[in-house]
This record gives sequence, C-alpha cells and structure tokens, in this order.
Amino acid sequence: MWTPELSLALALAIPAIGGVAVALLGKYPNLREGATLVSAVLLALNVAYLVEIAPSHPVLELANLAPGLHLVFRLEPLGALFAAVASGLWIVNSLYSIGYMRGNGEKNQTRFYVCFCIAIGAAMGVALSGNLLTMFLFYEVLTLSTYPLVTHKGDANAKRGGKIYLSILLGTSIGLLLPAVIATHFLAGSTDFVAGGLLAVNEVTPAIAGVLLVLFAFGIGKAALMPVHPWLPNAMVAPTPVSALLHAVAVVKAGVFAMLKVGTYIFGPALIAAAPTSDALAWIAGISIVLSSVVAMTKDNLKARLAFSTVSQLSYVTLGVMLASPLAMLGGALQIVMHAWGKITLFMSAGAIYTATKKTEISQMAGLGRYMPWLFIAYTVGALSIIGLPPLGGTWPKLFLMQGAWESGHGLLIVALVVSSILNVAYLLPLSARGFFSAPEEAKLKKKPPMLVILPPVITAAGVLVLFFLIGPLRDYLAPVFLSSSLAAEAAL
Amino acid sequence: MLEIILERFNYIPIIILMMTGLYVVIATGNLVKRLVGLSLFQTSVFLLYITMGKVFGGQPPIIAGDAHGGDAGHGADAAAGYAAGHGAEAAAGHAAETAHHVAEIAYSNPLPHVLILTAIVVGVATLAVGLALVVRIREAYGTIEDDALNAADYSLETGSAE
Amino acid sequence: MDMLASLLPAGIAVHAPALIVVIPLIMAAVAALMPRGIFAWGVTLATAIAVAVLSLNILGQVSTGGVISYAMGGWLPPVGIELRVDMLNVPLLLLVGIVGLLCVIYALPSVADEIAKKQQALFYSAFLVCFAGLLGVTITGDAFNVFVFLEISSISTYTIIAMGAGKDRRALTASYNYLVLGTIGATFFVIGVGFLYMATGTLNIADMAAVLEQNGHDRVTQAAFAFIVVGLGLKAAMFPLHVWLPNAYAFAPNFVTAFLASTATKVAFYALIRFVFSVFHPEVSFVALSFTWLFAVVGVIAMIVASVQAVFQTDARRLLAYSSVAQVGYMMLGLGMGTAAGLSASMLHLMNHALMKGALFMALGAFALNFGVRRVKDLAGLGQTMPASSAAFTVASLSLVGVPLTVGFTSKWYLVTAALERGWWWAVAALMISSLLALAYVARLLSAIWMETPPAGKAGLAPARRLAPWMVLAPMSLLAFANIYFFFHAAPLVGLARAAANAVMGGN
Repeated sequence: MWTPELSLALALAIPAIGGVAVALLGKYPNLREGATLVSAVLLALNVAYLVEIAPSHPVLELANLAPGLHLVFRLEPLGALFAAVASGLWIVNSLYSIGYMRGNGEKNQTRFYVCFCIAIGAAMGVALSGNLLTMFLFYEVLTLSTYPLVTHKGDANAKRGGKIYLSILLGTSIGLLLPAVIATHFLAGSTDFVAGGLLAVNEVTPAIAGVLLVLFAFGIGKAALMPVHPWLPNAMVAPTPVSALLHAVAVVKAGVFAMLKVGTYIFGPALIAAAPTSDALAWIAGISIVLSSVVAMTKDNLKARLAFSTVSQLSYVTLGVMLASPLAMLGGALQIVMHAWGKITLFMSAGAIYTATKKTEISQMAGLGRYMPWLFIAYTVGALSIIGLPPLGGTWPKLFLMQGAWESGHGLLIVALVVSSILNVAYLLPLSARGFFSAPEEAKLKKKPPMLVILPPVITAAGVLVLFFLIGPLRDYLAPVFLSSSLAAEAAL
Repeated sequence: MLEIILERFNYIPIIILMMTGLYVVIATGNLVKRLVGLSLFQTSVFLLYITMGKVFGGQPPIIAGDAHGGDAGHGADAAAGYAAGHGAEAAAGHAAETAHHVAEIAYSNPLPHVLILTAIVVGVATLAVGLALVVRIREAYGTIEDDALNAADYSLETGSAE
Repeated sequence: MDMLASLLPAGIAVHAPALIVVIPLIMAAVAALMPRGIFAWGVTLATAIAVAVLSLNILGQVSTGGVISYAMGGWLPPVGIELRVDMLNVPLLLLVGIVGLLCVIYALPSVADEIAKKQQALFYSAFLVCFAGLLGVTITGDAFNVFVFLEISSISTYTIIAMGAGKDRRALTASYNYLVLGTIGATFFVIGVGFLYMATGTLNIADMAAVLEQNGHDRVTQAAFAFIVVGLGLKAAMFPLHVWLPNAYAFAPNFVTAFLASTATKVAFYALIRFVFSVFHPEVSFVALSFTWLFAVVGVIAMIVASVQAVFQTDARRLLAYSSVAQVGYMMLGLGMGTAAGLSASMLHLMNHALMKGALFMALGAFALNFGVRRVKDLAGLGQTMPASSAAFTVASLSLVGVPLTVGFTSKWYLVTAALERGWWWAVAALMISSLLALAYVARLLSAIWMETPPAGKAGLAPARRLAPWMVLAPMSLLAFANIYFFFHAAPLVGLARAAANAVMGGN
C-alpha cells in the first residue's frame, strides 16, 4: 500500500494540497496557520521515510512530455538530505512566521503562506529530480513562486528589489542554464542524472565540458556565485521569515544543491578535474568567498550583512564542486546542511530583534542582549557555527573543504578559507559583543517579543550543536554519493 | 546584341512601367497618386503575362472539325507557352504526345489571358478598396497628404492629443 | 484518426477539400444579407464550426489515406486546378479552423463593442471572405490559385482592419499602408509565378517540380525564386518587409488582431515553405544558399531587432505585434537551417505561437472591452479587477518567454536542439538573447498588470472586479489552458510538426 512511488508523489502533493487549503482557509487565520503547520509536519514525516529509502534509488515518472523529454523523480541520498533540511526547517520557520507576521501586523498573510507552500513544493521538486529537465522546471517554479514573497511589502523598495531578483534569476536561468541543459541533452541524448557523470559516460571532450561548466556555474544563479549574486542582498526587502527560509535554506540551497548535483551526476569529478575552466572557476569561488566577506563588514544593516555572509558561504559549495575531489564535494554537501541550520538562526534572530525593537542597523542594537538573552545566545551559537568553531556543526564543512583543497593541489585556496573564517568573526561577532557588553541606548524594549519569535532560533541553535555530533551518520549516508570505497576509509576520522 | 533587344523588346516597357509605378508609390505624398502608381505597377505585370504568352501566327484556340478532346488543348498551351518564351527545346517532352494532333496548327495560348483577367479583377478590387479607404481617411483626417497624416498620427502616439 | 476520417458521411468527406473553401465564401454572401449583426454572427459561427469539423475530417483522411488530391470541377491536374492536402498543410488547416472557431466565439461581444451596428453584418461577411481566402491558400495545389486566394484574403483583411476606425482612426492609415505594401508583395509574387510559368509551362505545383527537376533551374527560375520569396516574405512579415504589421495589428478591431495574429502570417509562411521545398529543389545551389544567407540571417536579425523595438513601445498591442515579428524570425531561422529538425521546430513554433498570441490578443481585447485599455500603462491594476483575463494573459506571456510548464518552452527546446544539430552556436546565442529581450517586454506588461494599483474610479472608490463576458473568457481561457496542456502532452503537436517536415523533406 505504501510504496516508495507514493511517497515521492506525496512529497510534491502535500505542499500543493497544503497551499490550496491555506488559500481556502484565508478568512480564518488560526485554521490557516494550522493548515501550514499540518502540511509541514506531514511533509517532514514523509521526507523522513524518503531519507530511509534513498539508498535504493526509487523512481517515479511524472510525465512524458514528448519522445525523449520526460519529467522524473529519482531519489538519492544527496537529494534526500536536502529535502530533509528544507522540510524540517519549514516546520521551525512556520512557527516563526506566525510569530513574526502577527507580531508585526503584516498584510496579505494568506498570499504569503500560499506562496510559501508552493515554494517548498518546488524545493522538493528540485531535491527529488531525476534529470536536468525536471530540475530546471522546478527551479523556475521556485523563482516565480518566491517573487510574490520577495515583493510582499508592496512598496517601491520592494518592487525594485523584486525586479532585480527576477531579472537576475530568470536572466541567468534562461540565458545560461537553459542552453546548457539543452546542450547536455544534445550531447548525451538525455539529461538523466547518472552515477559517475552523464557527460563523462558519454565521453564528452574536456573542452566542451569546460564551456558547459561555465554556463552551469553562472546559469545556476541561485548559487550566487559572484558576479551574479546581486539578487541576494536585494531580496532582503522581504520580511524576515522569507529571508530566513528561502534565502538561508530553500532558494539558495536549491542553487548550490543543483550545483552539486550537476557536478556529481552530470559531469563527475573526473571530468571536472579535466575541464580547463574548473581551475578558474575554483578561483572565482575563492575570490567570491573573500570579497563578499569584506563587503559584509562594511554593511551596517544586519540583514544586508547576513546576505553577503550567505554569498560567501554559498561559494564554499561551489568551491567544493570545482575542486572536484571527493572530500571537497563531501564538504560542500555538508555545508548545505550546516549552513542552513546556522544561517536560519541568524536570520530569525535578526527578525526577532526587528519585531521587538523595530531596529535594523547593528549600530543601534547596543545592549539588547540584556533584554533578550536567549535570543542573543542563539545568535552567538549560530555565528560560531558559521565561523567554523567546534563543537558546532559548521566545523566539518570547513575541515573537509580544506582537506579537499590540499588533496587536489589547490593548497592556496586553504588561505581563502582561513581568511574567510577570520572575516566571519569580524562581521558576525560584533553584534553579540555589542548586545551583551555595551550599554543600552534606551531604557526598555518597545514591546516584549512573542515567544514564537524567540523559540525557533533557540531550537535551531541547539540543532547546530547536535549536528556536530551527527557527523558520523551524515558522512556514512553521503559516502555512496561522493566517496568510493577506497577513499571512504580515508575520510574516517 | 541587336537581335536580343529586338527579340525581347517587350520587356522594356514592362520594366519602365514597373519602375515608374514603384517610384510613384514611394515618392508621392498624395494617397490617390500612390494608388495610381500601384495601378501602373500592376499594369506592367499584365503586360508581362500577355507579351510572354504571345504566339506569333496563332489561331484562336478553338478546335475545328473532328480533332480529339482535351489533351490537344493542353498540348497547345504548353507548346505555345514555351515557344513564346525562351526556347522551344524544353517544351519537347510535354508537347510530344499531343504534338502530332496539332503540329500543323499553332493555337494562341488562352491561359495567360485568363490569368491576366483574374489579375485585372484583383487589381480593380484593390483599387476600389484603396479609394474607399482614401475617402474615409479624408473624412477622418481632413487631408490625404502623407506628411499631414503622419503628423496627425504621430502626435496621437506621443499622447499630446490625449 | 480513423474516427476523424469517418466524422462525415463519405459523400461529403470526398468533397471536403472543396467545401472547406466554398462554404465560407457562400456564407459570406449570406452574412452580408443579414439584417442584424447577431444573425450574421450566427452564420459565421455555423461556418466556423463546419470548417473546424471539415478540417478534422481532412486530418483523419490524410493520416490514414495519404495525400489527398482533389480536382476542382472534375478537371484533372495539371490542366485543372488541384486542391492538394498532405501532412504539411494539414496542421495549418487545423490551426486556421480551430483557432478561427475560437475567435468567432470571442467575436460576439468584442465586435458588438467595437463596430457600429449597421456595419456588423458586412464586417462578418468580410471576415468570412478572409477566412475562405486563408483556407484557400492553405489547401490549393496550383500556383496562380495561391495568388488568387492570397489576394482574396488580403483585400478582405484590409477591409476588416480598417473597420477599427470606429475606435481609433489610425486604423485607416494602417490599413492603407498595408494595402499598398501588400499589393506590391502580391504583385511580386505573381511576377514570380509568371516567370515560373514561362520556365515550366504549367501552373500546378507538383507538375512544376517535376518539370524543374527534369530541365534544371535556369536564370528565369532563379528570378522567379527571388520574386516569390520577396512576395510571400512580405505577407509573412519577414524582416525587413514587416513594417505594415505593427500598425495593422495595433489599430484593427481586437477580434481581427487575435485572428490575424494566429493565422495570416502562418499561412503565408506555409506558402513560402511550400514553394521553396515543393517547387524549387532545396539541393539546388541558389536555393540552398538562400537558406543560410537569407532566411537564417533575416530570422536572427528579426528576432533581436524586433524584440528590442517591442521593449520600447507604449501601446500594448503594438508591443505584441513587434513580438510577433520576432517570433516569425524564429520560424525563419528554423527554416534557414535547411534540415528536417529545423523545419519541424519551425512548424512546432508556428502552432505554439498561434496558441500564445491568440490568447494574448484575446486577453487584451477583454481588457479593452471592459476598460478601454490601449497603452501599457493603462494595464495598471488589471490583476485585481480582471483576474481571470489577467491569469490567461500571464500564462500566455510566460509561454512567450519560454518558461517551463508552458508550450513556449517546448518549441524553444526544439529550436535550440535543431540549431545545435546544425552546429550553429551563434543561433543558440541569438535565441537566448531574444528570449531575454522577450522577458524584458513581458515583464513590463506583467508588472503593470499585477504590481500597479488600479486607477481610482469616478467617485474615487476602488474599482470593482469586472469579469469579461463568458464568450470572451471561454475561448481565451481555453487557449491559455492549451498552452499548459500541450506542454504536458507535447507528443501530438511534435508529431504533426515532424510529419509536416518529413512530408516535404523526406521525399527530396
């Protein structure tokens, strides 16, 4: 009765039906929020099952469009992991959204929750996709469904931000990614994800692979590789729950996940290493890491600072793909998980601060740690994870990436990673310091922040701590994807 | 050289009319004159067909006496068409089977004339519609000069009239 | 397919090719005599239904029985005029028939709004003549007959475009300019046919091909090719002969624009394909050269230049008209590749584009019906006041850009694949640039509709929602839905396109 195919279909159906339910219950806020939470929990349970059955690679054919073009889901460990991250954090973020939207009296909440459902559904689609065509389709749906979320506030600033968001993301996907997908289909006869790399199996020359690699790297605009990154800071005009989930978890993670999937299953590590452009792209990723950290330091607006931090952290994954060594790619995959939990903590903290004090600039946030101690502790934990200090989850991706860089002969890029960590300290920790150790400017808070806005960041901060110790199972789960048996032993600590 | 010109002298008025007509269409600013140019242009085409279809020494294409049916007519058309064009050798294959029927009699080719009657009718219809449009334009704009019309339309587009 | 072939009793089915042209012509006379516009509309609707059924039947006949050759009046070709249906023109027949039917349903409220009462019967009559002419061009197998039907459809087109003068007098000058240019084009075409007749001695298309194959292509034939390409290119709005199109589409009545945008240029494009492949032989050097150096080049220039011009338009319909010119450029590019893959991608895009533009212009007509919308900035806030029409508009415009889930994505996919097969990387780049430009002008339209607030009403109150009449909503929504449906079930359209390409290229 309960087949893997049903589970795959449900991963798409649950958010879709949830969206419909939310739309219908628009007039009853509590029921509407209940619909979101129920969908989130059901989806998480379903994805938990998917995580379990992933190693057996179940397949679900969605539609046969035309001869040679079909939409198909094919589950594998990397996708299952991304789906788990997205669905798990959807629950946390839904709780947070309820607190934030009600605490700030935002309008158009029904549209907000409906678009959220559709966006999560699209993220599931990307995670479970079995070929480039399916992934491209859900990737575009993700862009379109998050646009109303980005322009939620509806004012001139929001529209401007939304315009940049849409033009960069649609421009790169139609102008660069689509030709790359069609070219792949042309060269290989299909766009299926194949172990060892579809193009490698079809013996595509390294020169052509190099060109395609560039198209994919900049075409997957959601991975925010410089210089296609401007959409990310400009999307900060959105309300914080949107920024939190979509730009710390679903949208950007879909981008780097796509990058990883393309690197692993379309090119394969061997072909990437052989391609003439992968070195250049690795360096571009490295520069992106450092440069965006530098820019982050200049920003006083907390969300802008976090946005550039995200650009930097995302380039870790791109770097991992371009280094093409098994450990580096494993590091990139782990970064998806660790960064998601860490960044969402930071964004939710930013939103909580705004809800309580209406303040957005760091220079104004002196002494707030006294009034919201748990929140600032959560923020600090999240920041330490991003910086990469044990015993927090963010340690592992950095470690594996450094090992991978050394292994593939790009030792110089380790410097980029180290510099980035130092800069992370420089731009993330001042808020904690200021919050706890400076004297507050005003006597009291404007209002007590609702519990639903404080609790989720604390939960995710705790999660970051727990994830540190889960490295063993995580590495074992991802091992079949990245590590062949001979190298698995090396990765064992 | 001279004989080429003499053989194909019919093309000279055709080309002159064609180019004159086109020139009038492009150069004039008056809508009615433009239609006149169009008619000139179309007339050149009529000349093209008619002169092309001329069979020297051709009899009216009515089969007299007891000659057999339709094939003969087709053979005559094809033979005539080729003969008046650029050379008769290409006609050999088509006309061969019926040639023996009508080899002694050269019939005029009715087909180009039929085509031209059709084209003339089309031309007249186009002219009628065109003139009707000119009348309506006169009613709506008060002028049939191109420059004035453009000025009127352009100001509408930039929104100054709205 | 067998079901379609047996849709009509055998006695009628045998004459279907003739009936499909004759019925609209006769009904045009009937419609002209009707005392009221609505009766004329009724006649038109009945005709459109009949034509749609006939086209389905013909599809069935050709699919099961192969090429249909119908001798008008019993005179056998090449003496008599032949109506010839193969897999190349069957998709066109279907397109004109079915989209025509949807447009006619749409017509009742739209025409009632835009054309004066006492002119409506004559308007429908002229439309039926245009309809007959387009069907005639599609189905005939005789070269001069193409000219006759082309002019029949064109003259009536000039008339029905000019009827838009009730709302905007610029329709008159637009129609006049179209008349002048269209007549020059048709005359060039007939000069070309004259040269062909000179060279081959026959007017039957199939016969011409046989004679040319036997005798070779001499100077006269080359001249004929040039004249025919220019003549048909003008009707098909091939760049730079497209200048009549933007104004004609912008100022005609909305129903006329919706119909013409979906059918007129497509039929002329078909005629071009028919002549290039079925009369002249593509392997002959001057024809083969023209593919790469004429059609492909012109197509690429059209794709980019017309899209750029579209971005800067203030009138909404003019914007979409320039977009149509760019889309014809896509089709020219596919033709210019000279391969079966390229031609089938062109045919696929031809059908998909009719679906897209039909829905778009119908939606604009709905906006004009309710709110008198003309310019892009007039579209402000329609997302709130006319959600159904705006949704249809959005789906169709996303299809224009080539977003997946819509049929525009499918035709882009096949065009790019065909270009890659040909090895033309520059064509791929041009296709992508043109898509991005399409994104630019579509974004302008969509942001006006969804992101702006509607202007305040007379009393300063928020404007209420106004649905378009259901006769406008139904065909428009059907076309918009078709955009999505044929993405998921692309096989029928892709199959038709492939069969069409193979019909002309497979044999050669």
